[in-house]
Amino acid sequence: MIEALSYEFMQNALIAGLLVSFIAGIMGSLIVVNRMVFLAGGIAHAAYGGIGIALYTGLPIFLGTTLFAIVAALFMAIVTLKQKENIDIFIGLIWATGMAIGIIFVDLTPGYNVDLMSYLFGSILAVSREDIIFMGLLFLIILIVLKLWYRELLAVSYDSEYASLSGINVKFFYTLLLVLSALTVVIAIKVVGLILVIALLTIPIYIAQRVAHSLLSMMFISGFIASFFTLVGLWLSYSFNLTSGACIILVASISLILFILLKGLK
Amino acid sequence: MQNNSPILTISNLNFAYEKELILLDINLNVYEKDFLVLIGPNGGGKSTLMKLILGLLPAPSKSIKIFSTTSKKVLSQIGYVPQNTNINLNFPIKAIDVVMMGAKEDKTTALAVLEEVGMQEHTNTKIGLLSGGQRQRIMIARALYNKPKILLLDEPTSNIDVDGQEQIYQLLKELNKEMTIIVISHDLSVIMKYANKVAHIHKRVTFHSLESLKKEFTTEDKHICEVELLQMLGKVQ
Repeated sequence: MIEALSYEFMQNALIAGLLVSFIAGIMGSLIVVNRMVFLAGGIAHAAYGGIGIALYTGLPIFLGTTLFAIVAALFMAIVTLKQKENIDIFIGLIWATGMAIGIIFVDLTPGYNVDLMSYLFGSILAVSREDIIFMGLLFLIILIVLKLWYRELLAVSYDSEYASLSGINVKFFYTLLLVLSALTVVIAIKVVGLILVIALLTIPIYIAQRVAHSLLSMMFISGFIASFFTLVGLWLSYSFNLTSGACIILVASISLILFILLKGLK
Repeated sequence: MQNNSPILTISNLNFAYEKELILLDINLNVYEKDFLVLIGPNGGGKSTLMKLILGLLPAPSKSIKIFSTTSKKVLSQIGYVPQNTNINLNFPIKAIDVVMMGAKEDKTTALAVLEEVGMQEHTNTKIGLLSGGQRQRIMIARALYNKPKILLLDEPTSNIDVDGQEQIYQLLKELNKEMTIIVISHDLSVIMKYANKVAHIHKRVTFHSLESLKKEFTTEDKHICEVELLQMLGKVQ
């Protein structure tokens, strides 16, 4: 493992893995306490539409995916604020429609076929310096948002009705949460893949939720747990020449099972 | 007793969800240090009325005046304890952080209100580990944190055992010395014991001052017949 660190791709993979882990720990905590896991999942899948359109039109893929995911997030924000009872239906709608748009545009793009598998599981070993800069920027933005508005986000997440009574702009913070979730998903898709993001947005959070005494500590405990999964998964992937994303998810799942066996379900 | 002007005035208030009329021509005055109980059938509009007072639902202009003004600024002088306090039980948050929620952080005030509701020992307990009654006290502490002049509670004892209910109402009685209390409740014994006013809400409002009612409905053995009372409260005068 030590000699592996001399390779730049391995260094990049480690930095990316840690950044994604902490971003997922923080955003995953917010997503879970707001019961938005499948909303985030829907946005993540819808983002595939952005990949297809970007390929077809020749836009940079990163830009296309980001714009498409943000549009999906804003659409979902409007739907949720107006028609909360139908939210499941709209999640299904953007989930399927986004993917269908992506597939059709990939079909229409001559000569190039994007690998759906790399979209689902990503390829952490192919992370570029540029990707890392984007991830670092998002991490910074999330930290700034927390520094500025942690108490507001806490109030909106715990009891949005009470938060609005306290004069907090619930709609703004809800939309902010969805847009940050969309950015998290987009950044992570290329690197670790959509499936791993959803796993990292939920498994560490479940464990952290049981031990943390505040939302803030839950965010960072989740980040550390996710980092542990990522590092162990990468090491297994390197040592046994296995797919990295799948290794990380299995490490996470096995840890979760052990945790449940030790602490019991609740 | 009520020579001063009302602190909460509701006049000719109508409210409908979509096309379904919920409240019709509601008129109600609440005075300082009143202990008003809102009763009525489920779906009769009690919670809706409370949400209109709080500004959580849009009230027609000028139909609700608090401290003689319709300005939203006075809402900070109203404390609110919502009906369902069993939401988000897995949420990692300590009692004191629930109390300070959405407002400026001030631990001294938070500890003082926790003591006022008898929960100082649970300052740092995770909210999900408390019992229903304890959690209700935390929610009352949260409502008291901004030092309100009016306290609104939506069925504060619906998830609590009998002993816990009694304690909550004892606490409200204490608080009533300092502030006006408006509470939604189905419990008639509570009304007879603690309230001084009752409003029966079933689309329309029927208002009663309890002093006269108690006389009227006390039988020879000083027992109050609750069934008759309930029928009476619902009747439009």
